[in-house]
Amino acid sequence: MSGFFASGPHMPFVWGAYAVTFVVLAALVLLSVADRRRARRELAERGLERRR
Amino acid sequence: MAPSRASNLHFLANPARFRRFSAAVLPALAVVTALALAVGLYFATVVSPPDYQQGETVRIMFVHVPSAWLSMAGYALLAGLGASLLVWRHPLAALMARASAPIGASFAAICLITGSLWGRPMWGAYWAWDARLTSMLLLFFLYLGHIALSRAYDDPERGDRAAAILSLVGLINLPIIKFSVDWWNTLHQPASVARLGGPAIHSSILVPLLIMFAALLLLYVTLVLLRTETEIDRRRLEAAA
Repeated sequence: MSGFFASGPHMPFVWGAYAVTFVVLAALVLLSVADRRRARRELAERGLERRR
Repeated sequence: MAPSRASNLHFLANPARFRRFSAAVLPALAVVTALALAVGLYFATVVSPPDYQQGETVRIMFVHVPSAWLSMAGYALLAGLGASLLVWRHPLAALMARASAPIGASFAAICLITGSLWGRPMWGAYWAWDARLTSMLLLFFLYLGHIALSRAYDDPERGDRAAAILSLVGLINLPIIKFSVDWWNTLHQPASVARLGGPAIHSSILVPLLIMFAALLLLYVTLVLLRTETEIDRRRLEAAA
């Protein structure tokens, strides 16, 4: 069997590389969205934001 | 430091246009990015065959190489934004640079870590002080330096300028990364896609690589837009404080 889910001595390195990529990018996306929401909320609280 | 009324208005003009543009394209861009990532991952993990020499570890390339390209292109963007801040005082440039640097740093980190995980089975070492690896590590530190410098001053505009100067000085590292594999005897292999005479990779592996690159490029652009919106709001909050 070949493919991403094959077994083999080197597969943990392949899975690890994809896992690291996923974790880093997922963290970046989640933090970016959370920052966006927080900034928008603070603007709204100070009455600086137009209704959108 | 009290910015003049005129520069304030100038500051608001372009970012306001940017926000209208960004609000219009971001939702569609996010959907296209998600679809492209799904297709790219399918090609990278299922469709593409194992390499005849490297076996399944070649699949690491589909995240490693796009991350390397994007972290380098992202640095060129950062330096371009730095130049437009220092030369033309473009108000949006500084905010977009602030928004971009952590994205570039993330891709540089992914490149370094996945490269390390590829190096262990293929070279027998997680790390070597090879010219390609070392110049790539320097790129990561340049990104960290940019993030730190831009936040090092109470006056955010001074931080913007200091970080812009760093981004221009660090530009010298990009050709060093690109040509390190030609100028020195490196453990890292030479270029096999962007080379004279065309790519030296079979299309069964080149196509998934290019799809993953396109997908991650879309993610990069999406994040730049989203994070620039945040930086515009933050600057407005600071101006109002």
